[in-house]
Amino acid sequence: MENLALIAQVQSYTAIALGLIIGLGAIGACIGIGIMGSKFLEAAARQPELIPTLQGRMFLLAGLIDAAFLIGVALAMFFAFANPLLARFG
Amino acid sequence: MAGEAPESSTAYITHHLTHLTVGKGFWSFHVDTIFMSVLLGIVTLALFYSAARKATPGVPGKWQAFVEMLVDFIDNTVKEVFHLDRSFLAPMALTIFVWVFLMNAMDLLPLDLPGKVAGLFGIRYWRAVPTADVNTTFAMSLTVFVVVIFFAVKAKGAGGYMHELFTAPFGAHPLLWIPNFVLNVVELLSKPVSLAMRLFGNMYAGELVFMLIALLGASFFTFTVGSTVGMLGQVAMGAAWGIFHILIITLQAYIFMVLTVVYSAMATEHH
Repeated sequence: MENLALIAQVQSYTAIALGLIIGLGAIGACIGIGIMGSKFLEAAARQPELIPTLQGRMFLLAGLIDAAFLIGVALAMFFAFANPLLARFG
Repeated sequence: MAGEAPESSTAYITHHLTHLTVGKGFWSFHVDTIFMSVLLGIVTLALFYSAARKATPGVPGKWQAFVEMLVDFIDNTVKEVFHLDRSFLAPMALTIFVWVFLMNAMDLLPLDLPGKVAGLFGIRYWRAVPTADVNTTFAMSLTVFVVVIFFAVKAKGAGGYMHELFTAPFGAHPLLWIPNFVLNVVELLSKPVSLAMRLFGNMYAGELVFMLIALLGASFFTFTVGSTVGMLGQVAMGAAWGIFHILIITLQAYIFMVLTVVYSAMATEHH
């Protein structure tokens, strides 16, 4: 029974941690994309002839900004379904 | 998935996340990843070979026109940043782009399809997306890492490269050698790690969301109101996520390629 309480504790802390990973990562990614998007729109309004070039760069940057967030999501999913911290309990 | 019903949704997901592994510990090989990546590499080569065989100097056919567009696009991307002889880098960039795109595109196959096909051969586990396996992405990024160091040594000489490792960016004073070196090593090591983890994270998360969406419609055959709503929801969300994922796979292949080229270009500068 003691084991069950410990397992429950590990799982509950893991659940909270997953929420934090995904939530905080999403904050960073969304604010980053927002700032970058607003700069792109400003530049597009000033110089419409540059829109194709800037758009290509913008997608590249979107992928780079999302990178850390998605790495966090992947790790969070890994902990959700194959929690290595539970291996201690067999 | 050969005809066995999983006992819970978690079991379904963990089953779909298991690789077909041969061997134990350090020497375990993910046979499904190796097979899919080699198969898609052969497909890549076959596609370009067929374009080269049927190439005409007259009016090009559609496939030739598409391949020419692709090659021009990659060539311009490399030409913009890399100023040495690009006869090695541009084909490598093209290979990376098309191969990574095809491997990522395996994620768009219906979720249970590779499992059913593998079940016909008696194979229990099959993961169809090679780039959702850390091994593939790290193999590619470590190769890119070696190529980048190779370019750096080629442009600056082995001695010049060592000198730069210890004296850039702070200066040549012997007291600064350690901070310089630490900074350079961190910068050098962060490149392959971030390259691999970015691609892996995107593909793994994409696959996982597809699995979670699939679970929504899993209870359809109980024919309750809730399960019908779940089934419609699965179709709608699956379509939306699939369309978004088409953008993501192209973007991630493009990013991997551009960063390879940019890292190589950065390695040959600093004069």
